[in-house]
Amino acid sequence: MSEILLEGTAEGGRLRLAAAGPWIAKNARRLEAQIDSATRPREAINEVRIDMAGVDRLDTFGAWLLERLVRAFSARGCATKVEGLKADYRSLVEEVHHVKLEEAPMRRHNRLANALASLGHNITSVGGSFGAFVNLLGALSVATLRIVVQPRRFRFTSMVHQLDNVGWRGVPIMLLITFLVGCIIAQQGIFHFSKFGADLYVVDMVGILVLRELGVLIVCIMVAGRSGSAYTAELGSMKMREEIDALQTMGFDPIEVLILPRILALIIGVPILAFLGSMAALYGGGLVCWLYGGIEPSIFLQRLKESISIDHFEVGMIKAPFMALVIGVVACVEGMAVKGSAESLGLQTTASVVESIFLVIVLDGLFAIFFASIGM
Amino acid sequence: MAKARGNGKEVVIEVGGLVVGFGEHVVLDHVDLDVYRGEILGFVGGSGAGKSVLMRTIIGLLPRRAGSVRVFGVDLAQASDAERHAVEQRWGVLFQQGALFSSLTVRDNLQFPIREYLELSQRLLDELAVAKLEMVGLDASVLEKFPAELSGGMTKRVALARALALDPEIVFLDEPTSGLDPIGAGEFDELIATLQRTLGLTVFMVTHDLDSLHTVCDRIAVLADHKVIAAGTMDTMLASEHPWLRAYFRGKRSRVGRPGETTLRT
Repeated sequence: MSEILLEGTAEGGRLRLAAAGPWIAKNARRLEAQIDSATRPREAINEVRIDMAGVDRLDTFGAWLLERLVRAFSARGCATKVEGLKADYRSLVEEVHHVKLEEAPMRRHNRLANALASLGHNITSVGGSFGAFVNLLGALSVATLRIVVQPRRFRFTSMVHQLDNVGWRGVPIMLLITFLVGCIIAQQGIFHFSKFGADLYVVDMVGILVLRELGVLIVCIMVAGRSGSAYTAELGSMKMREEIDALQTMGFDPIEVLILPRILALIIGVPILAFLGSMAALYGGGLVCWLYGGIEPSIFLQRLKESISIDHFEVGMIKAPFMALVIGVVACVEGMAVKGSAESLGLQTTASVVESIFLVIVLDGLFAIFFASIGM
Repeated sequence: MAKARGNGKEVVIEVGGLVVGFGEHVVLDHVDLDVYRGEILGFVGGSGAGKSVLMRTIIGLLPRRAGSVRVFGVDLAQASDAERHAVEQRWGVLFQQGALFSSLTVRDNLQFPIREYLELSQRLLDELAVAKLEMVGLDASVLEKFPAELSGGMTKRVALARALALDPEIVFLDEPTSGLDPIGAGEFDELIATLQRTLGLTVFMVTHDLDSLHTVCDRIAVLADHKVIAAGTMDTMLASEHPWLRAYFRGKRSRVGRPGETTLRT
């Protein structure tokens, strides 16, 4: 269907435009095309009459397009007149007549500039989040000192609640995953070591790897994904709904009330989870050694005692609270950085998980260098 | 409630014997309500009486247990998807908190429904966004702002502009003036009345604002005891002897209770 909504007849310097049909949203696209072709500059016209008598329906879309038509001709210095407009539609046409387009800021379309701008923003935001990280670390220290002086201010219930969330409820999944990882490295070890007839060294590998690195690393990555993201989302949505502002106005320090219990819960919870995870991984490794590699559990234990020392265990365990601190601080910094929109909440939660996993791995590397140089 | 039909006006929303409940709790018990074309209906009731529930049931967000809701003569529960979409394009909804998409700018919020249903040029979309904003009393300077950067009154106006984006025939307003100062609320009422006149809208307005009821509403429907207990003009409400209506319309906060202030009525 291509009914004619606007038809022009020119005679001399006069143009008569006859409008017809429904000038409504549904027809806006065709109407726009017809209006654009009607306003295309042709021979000199100094008078335009738009006859709207044939228009049976008019909405904002139609009214605006009529206005655009009028403006296009007026801008060229034509005397423009609208005739035959139904009384019902007058106020609407009058309304859009006042619309001032000039003020509309048009979107920037320079892609290179936008790309450079976003690169710049990203770089400054890395600096910004490092600053926020250090800032929160300082604020946490102050809050901790305050609590050491006045222990009654500490939110013990809140911390226990968080500990329940991040620690106790996380135990099953942590055990399962570390168990599976223990199984897999044992299986791979047996498969490859047996080529040299060095099957028994699998026990050394599993023991050292799990206790020094994998147990704590896998648990920390899981905690960052499971609890760090939850912290960011919780704090972020509280920030969005001004709950944090409300706390502040009641004279509470959000760091003391919200952040300190959360981070302490992680610092207590993560080493426990790392210990349980390491045990589950050793158990899994032992099970695979027995079922797949034919190493009896008694031999496995014997060999394990010989190959590992308390040092290996300590190296793993010492790292856990520091990693917990990093995860907690990153999660809280990102949570507090959430702005008003749902998209911002999503972005900060993603950033929280990615950053904390990255920092956990970097920290692990630093610890590896440190322990190697002090001979542990 | 006596149905004031047969006065020649077209009924655009027809609610009959509507029952809505959650679990054991029945919120609306056989509610009947007609809304006529071109009127501004103020819908009042105590907090928690189910005003928003009725509105949400009419626009199809809540399921119903019994009864019928017809909008433009279409029963939405039995309509096909195509019929539903056709009806949905003919109404606009202003939610209580605005419900602007927080990750889109004002411009994109306004253009979203238009872009979805009509294929228009970017130029026309941009011009329409400005036109709609000016109709609700804002200007082009807010176009690139995000909803989080707007004040409460501006949010409501932008949300109204979005509700009007597709030039609907009915607009549902859920407490449009709540959270606005009396001047802002008065301006908003005026705005609704102006838009109603210029666009020929039918307005279904859930409200608590007695001033709105006095100044802009053609008719008032009252929800109490899980039913619509009265519907009619302000004078009908004021004349009623129902205890809830007396308390609501002639209580301390009403204008009638304050001598000499009834002159405010326009």
